[in-house]
Amino acid sequence: MNRGFGLATLRGWGQKLVAPIDGPLMLISGLLVLLAIGIMGSASPDRLNAQLVNVAVALVIMRVLAQIPPQRLMHLAVPIYLAGILLLIAVALFGDISKGARRWLNLGFMRIQPSELMKIAMPLLLAWFFQQREAMPRMRDYAVAAVMLLLPVGLIARQPDLGTAILVFAAGFYVIFFAGLSWKIIVGLGLAGVAAMPLAWNLLHDYQRHRILTLLDPEKDPLGKGFHIIQSTIAIGSGGIFGKGWRSGTQAQLEFIPERHTDFIFAVYSEEFGLFGNLILLILYALLIGRGLMIAANAATLFSRLLAGAVTMIFFTYAFVNMGMVSGILPVVGVPLPLVSYGGTALVTLFIGIGILMSIHGNRMLVQK
Amino acid sequence: MEFKNPQEELERFRSRLAFAGGFVLFCFSLLFIRFVWLQIVQHDYYQTRAEDNRISLVPIVANRGLIVDRKGEVLARNYSAYTLEITPSRAGNLEKTIDGLAEVIEIEAKDRRRFKKLMDESKSFETLPIRTRLTDEEVARFIAHRYRFPGVEIKARLFRQYPGGAFASHILGYIGRITDADLEKIEAKEEDANYRGTDHFGKTGLEQRYEFDLHGVSGHEQVEVDAGGRAVRTLTHTPPIAGNQLTLTIDAELQRIAELAFGDRRGAMVAIEPSTGGILAMVSVPNYDPNLFVDGIDTQSWRELNESPQKPMVNRALNGAYPPGSTFKPFMALAALELGKRRPEQAISDPGFFNFGGHHFRDDKKGGHGMVDMYKSIVHSCDTYYYMLANDMGIDNISAFMGSLGLGQRTGVDIEGESKGVLPSQQWKRERFKKPEQQKWYAGETISIGIGQGYNAYTPIQLAQATATIANNGIMFRPHLVKYVTDTRSGEKRLIEPEPLRDLKLKPEHIEVIRHAMIGVNKEGTGARAFAGAEYVSAGKTGTAQVFSYKGAEHKTESMAAHLRDHALFIAFAPADKPTIALAVLVENGGFGAQAAAPIARLVLDYYLLGKKPKAPAPADEDAVEGDEE
Repeated sequence: MNRGFGLATLRGWGQKLVAPIDGPLMLISGLLVLLAIGIMGSASPDRLNAQLVNVAVALVIMRVLAQIPPQRLMHLAVPIYLAGILLLIAVALFGDISKGARRWLNLGFMRIQPSELMKIAMPLLLAWFFQQREAMPRMRDYAVAAVMLLLPVGLIARQPDLGTAILVFAAGFYVIFFAGLSWKIIVGLGLAGVAAMPLAWNLLHDYQRHRILTLLDPEKDPLGKGFHIIQSTIAIGSGGIFGKGWRSGTQAQLEFIPERHTDFIFAVYSEEFGLFGNLILLILYALLIGRGLMIAANAATLFSRLLAGAVTMIFFTYAFVNMGMVSGILPVVGVPLPLVSYGGTALVTLFIGIGILMSIHGNRMLVQK
Repeated sequence: MEFKNPQEELERFRSRLAFAGGFVLFCFSLLFIRFVWLQIVQHDYYQTRAEDNRISLVPIVANRGLIVDRKGEVLARNYSAYTLEITPSRAGNLEKTIDGLAEVIEIEAKDRRRFKKLMDESKSFETLPIRTRLTDEEVARFIAHRYRFPGVEIKARLFRQYPGGAFASHILGYIGRITDADLEKIEAKEEDANYRGTDHFGKTGLEQRYEFDLHGVSGHEQVEVDAGGRAVRTLTHTPPIAGNQLTLTIDAELQRIAELAFGDRRGAMVAIEPSTGGILAMVSVPNYDPNLFVDGIDTQSWRELNESPQKPMVNRALNGAYPPGSTFKPFMALAALELGKRRPEQAISDPGFFNFGGHHFRDDKKGGHGMVDMYKSIVHSCDTYYYMLANDMGIDNISAFMGSLGLGQRTGVDIEGESKGVLPSQQWKRERFKKPEQQKWYAGETISIGIGQGYNAYTPIQLAQATATIANNGIMFRPHLVKYVTDTRSGEKRLIEPEPLRDLKLKPEHIEVIRHAMIGVNKEGTGARAFAGAEYVSAGKTGTAQVFSYKGAEHKTESMAAHLRDHALFIAFAPADKPTIALAVLVENGGFGAQAAAPIARLVLDYYLLGKKPKAPAPADEDAVEGDEE
């Protein structure tokens, strides 16, 4: 009797615990994380335990986020954004310099990277902004949104951290795109962007220009700037259809692949699991994105629709930019492979995104109430 | 506020979502196409590149071939030793590094100088030895301090060693570090791949001439390396094939006795087996120690060797050209017989001089030798006989015959850089001089040619070859030092076949006259004192070549500065009836041939024919004279 009661109670707690969690999202991201752990076991076994801790922390945060209703998040949008901007300014003034870039803020007890916060804060704010203008947004609203977007992007790009700047920009842009910015303006801006490329070129740092030049002709400087790209494409190409097998990639195991546990982990995976493995990874990402877009399509409010769409597309940006750069079709920018690369910060950010998606999905019926 | 249609808004949002979804699929397709391109289409290419990354081919240098004498005595071998090597480009401040090393391991000033010279000659990424032949203790001491010295390492290397030191150095030559000029030779032979990892190359002597035989075939190891270039494991191991062994025609003991016989005198001796052309001994003294060159010689030692007035680096046997003096006379006599200019019994009356155009060409013997036939002209070395003979023959006849004996021509011995010497003729003079009055050949110049003076200048090996040719009844062989080359892999012996250069088709009766007269020299003539009591019959001829000519004056050997004294020469073959050895000896500034050169020949022949080993250098016989004193 007691025992039955106890079991029922336990089951009840369990149900409560998993209730806000979306099965499909959990399944797909869980598979990606398992795959990541497998790759980490090959690319950098020393870091396996640390990454497992990162995963546990990120899952807890996801579960917390999944419980927070979108309305509560909406209220947090402006304060988080403003805090983010202030922190970015603080970084620009007092930040620690590491590897030639000023990205970190030392709070005494911990170092934080405020630009990471912006990846979520940005879509949150813009989704809130368009929610406030429930009517058809006007050109002026888009202009205001653009300013709110470009301010942090500019600050991040100056650090310089082109990778994060692109991700933050993309996150904000998706909101504006889903809010209905007219195609004419999108195309017009796109053309203007192409036209402004020479100007942008001048604004780039030398190392950023080198990365672009390196992409165009990596063999020009095989031991210097082209080394990363050459070695990662060799790793991928030599992997063939089925790969060389787990922990048997010579490029990976003999340390020819640089940063093989972080940004270039895809080269390790691709060398050891081949085209077949790549296809599985692409399918997992596509399913994750598909599930996210489905959640967006069924979301209750404009805010949650825009937020869900943008957050989903962040995953796409990460995945495409990372795999594109490692396989040599995009310049090298510091973008990790989502849910796979080593590192707690990116993992937490991405699981916050997943948590938000789950929350939005859990609250999709609110409008009917 | 505008009219708002939630349904329409939712539709538009969903269409944007659909577009975004389409865009995602499009981009992922691009990635997939890229993967297909890299992993299927270009797979082989990248597979190769990954293998190239992974596998490093480490050459293993082959053991250099041994050089042994005809009886198997080892003259050049290899030993393994530890060296301390520095890669200048990785070592940072070199001075400081070497100073630091000197605290751990003894480094002499000589080592520093040698290292500096090596550095000037090589590229900064090559590793260069600062110390060689480290003891085990030194190796241990360095390893304990290794962390202090980036770019410095201990290597086990094979070294060439010439166990005899300076012995036979002009035959063996030496090896040294590969230079750009050597690289060109390697490339010309298309041996580049085989020389990857080889540091040394034959520079002179047999080491140079037989470089590609001695080098062997490099082996290699396929080693898996990581991105830092560190070896992770060995994949395959192809052992090297040691270089071929050279077995020489040289008789090391004979060579040793001949070198010893010279004492501290300068000179050369070449002894040839007449029936094959195989060189039994080839001396050029003073010698030098080829071991000095193996690890790179330091500048000071090099300068000392090069600038020494003794000229130890010159191979006098091949590169010293000397007037043959009276050793020329048997060849002149033979020419006269062959050309029908003299009969053996035809005698001249020698008043002690030959008058030509008012000029007296003096004979060594005051008052002359009286009636002189061909036998006597050789046995007592009568100058007047040959003044007249040369005048009768004319320069071009002399030149043509001497040329057929190989004088004034490279013999083709298997060492590079042999000199030609001077075989004077009208044509030679036309080509040699620029001014027309110098280009003309004067009949008076022919006279002194007859006694081996004048423009005549031949190398000791040429004289030995000409002597051997007479000993071998006119059949001339190419002199050579290597008897056979043993292929390491098959054990097969590649014989260096005796190569008959030409048959002079000399009349046997003419050779018999010369042989008889040369036997007379050693029996009752100028060589008699040196060969007193010999237990074999030998044929010889003494010679004295003027270094400096004193016009009209009597020259007194004792009072002359040493470097102006005449060169002593001696040619010989034995046993006279069936010669197994023919030789030419030259002692620079030795005075009379009978005095300085003949005793050396005696020691050499005594050993070669009887196995007698002398205990001291050949005595200089101060009482012996060139001319007949009877």
